[in-house]
Amino acid sequence: MTTRIADRRPATLQILLSGFLILWLIVAAFPFLWTLWGSFKVEGDFFSKADWMNAITGPLTQAQTGSSMTGDGYYGAWVQEEFWRAALNSLIVVVAVVCISLTFGTLGGYALSRSPYRYAFWLLLVALVFRAMPPITLVSGYLLPFFEWNLWGHLPTAIIVLVAINQPFTLWMLTSFFRNIPKELDESAMVDGCSRFQAFRHVIIPVMWPGVITTGLFSFLLAYNDFAVTAMLLSKENQTMIPKIASFLGTTQTAGNVMFAVSSVVSVTAPLFVLVMFFQRQIVSGLTAGAVKG
Amino acid sequence: MKHRTFLWFFLPSATAMFLFIALPIFSVVTQSVFAPHEQVIREVENCSVFGCTKATQIDQEATQALREAEPMGRYVGAAIYADRNHLALSEIGALWNRSSGPVDFLGQLLNLPFYGALAFTLTYTLLVTPLAIMLGFLIALAVNAVPRFFRGPMIFVSLLPMIVTPLVGALILFWMVDARGILGAVIQMMAGDPNLSVKASTPLMWTMLIVYGIWSTAPFAFVIYYAGLQTVPQDTLESAMIDGASRWERIRFVVIPHLLPLTTFMALIKIMDNFRVFEPIVSFSASAHAQSLSYFIYSDLGGETRLLSSAAATSVLTILGVVVLLSPVLVRTWRSFGKGAA
Repeated sequence: MTTRIADRRPATLQILLSGFLILWLIVAAFPFLWTLWGSFKVEGDFFSKADWMNAITGPLTQAQTGSSMTGDGYYGAWVQEEFWRAALNSLIVVVAVVCISLTFGTLGGYALSRSPYRYAFWLLLVALVFRAMPPITLVSGYLLPFFEWNLWGHLPTAIIVLVAINQPFTLWMLTSFFRNIPKELDESAMVDGCSRFQAFRHVIIPVMWPGVITTGLFSFLLAYNDFAVTAMLLSKENQTMIPKIASFLGTTQTAGNVMFAVSSVVSVTAPLFVLVMFFQRQIVSGLTAGAVKG
Repeated sequence: MKHRTFLWFFLPSATAMFLFIALPIFSVVTQSVFAPHEQVIREVENCSVFGCTKATQIDQEATQALREAEPMGRYVGAAIYADRNHLALSEIGALWNRSSGPVDFLGQLLNLPFYGALAFTLTYTLLVTPLAIMLGFLIALAVNAVPRFFRGPMIFVSLLPMIVTPLVGALILFWMVDARGILGAVIQMMAGDPNLSVKASTPLMWTMLIVYGIWSTAPFAFVIYYAGLQTVPQDTLESAMIDGASRWERIRFVVIPHLLPLTTFMALIKIMDNFRVFEPIVSFSASAHAQSLSYFIYSDLGGETRLLSSAAATSVLTILGVVVLLSPVLVRTWRSFGKGAA
């Protein structure tokens, strides 16, 4: 591709821009690299009063474990503190939330995109207001009824709550996506004798996957990253990963156990890295689709 | 689409939202006007020739019966809203009379828990949103200036602060600014004070929370602006050049107007998100120095004594805050979008 005239820049500006960009990239990436490296050290090195360089070279780690890298933090978190249980719970919650909210969302979003009536617009506006609600305000509404009806603490409860909190966003995204699929497609199927649902099933479902995958990614992030709902609604044995990390902080500040939190933080971040690596294009297009239609 | 078909398609989604968003709002409002029952005190009157004396005793049975009969608690109306932990109406009145001037009054006001939380939440929202949008715009301009080949990896790195779990991202930064961490050491060196600790200082804590906010919000602005920059009409840019517009003027009069609608959208989303700021305060264990409205609710809900009524009252006030904050945007969307849909 040839450089457009408008893209040519004087050398000083180019250097300034590049310098700024490099600075930003360091700011964005360095904390993760630092924590990843530090998670293989002992606490005395990761939090070093003497010299921050210790976190890189690891003299105390060498002294305590015999090598400059140690997996103790990971062993302590995953085996001793049973972080694997939380990881399993997270997996269940995330898979269920993504599947259910996509099912509900595609049906609802399709209906909203094909309805010519004014109430479709009102429903979307209500969804926007719901989207703005901080989840913790809703949580304070759940607690009392959930205690009364013995729903508190179970994974299915958290799942359905997360699905509901996720719906407004899912609806907005999928509605704008379905609007881009020409109406003529399903209408011609209906002229050929399909019912509305058959048209949806045989004509729309085969072409909707790109939009559904993009929306699914964001549902995944919401369920995976949630703290407010899972921390308040799940009992200790059903905890997912994020509240579990928070509980490491509260209870195990002593005896180098902060490294459990550090290693579990790295464990939680790793899948997200992989996700961004594979789905970067979808994430970017999803974010911008909302903006363009917004 | 027929109303009937619409209903069936929309039903699952509507049910979920009705049960777990609309009803909880109702439940929050109800809870906020009911307080837990106090113990029933029975007054026993002993009368004799010399007059009547009154004695009081706790009626356990009646208390139990009352709690079962009215599980919601007793109706107290707006009393919870007016108490010290919320709107603190009587405290404000007292403060106003006592304080020496408006500055003193404000300082005292922020010591009241609700107003402190409101002040931090608003400061955070109003600083982080524009600063992050500006930073994102600069990053987008810079990335747009590098050869196409490098852009993919740069977008990857830039997305990370946004994608990572808020609680986790904030923890990572918190460990680095710890007095024994790398950034903490740098701050101490720059300030020339080896005992300086972010944990101990309110202004530093606020600054760190805001820095975290910008760090985690800027990528979103960057992605939107970057996509927007790809669609800037090149012809307009070039004709502006021919007309003698400088680089800055081209950005000011062609690029920025083109990106303006995106900015409105982004500001809307980010104001909503920043207003609910919560996880970083947990991660930074900042509650002694900075509380947000969400954190205030969280700390009422957690712990041994779950202060449900108090949390509910704060929730209602927070929801009102969201509505007020969004009202200009809502009205605007309603006007522009409503016309299009009708």
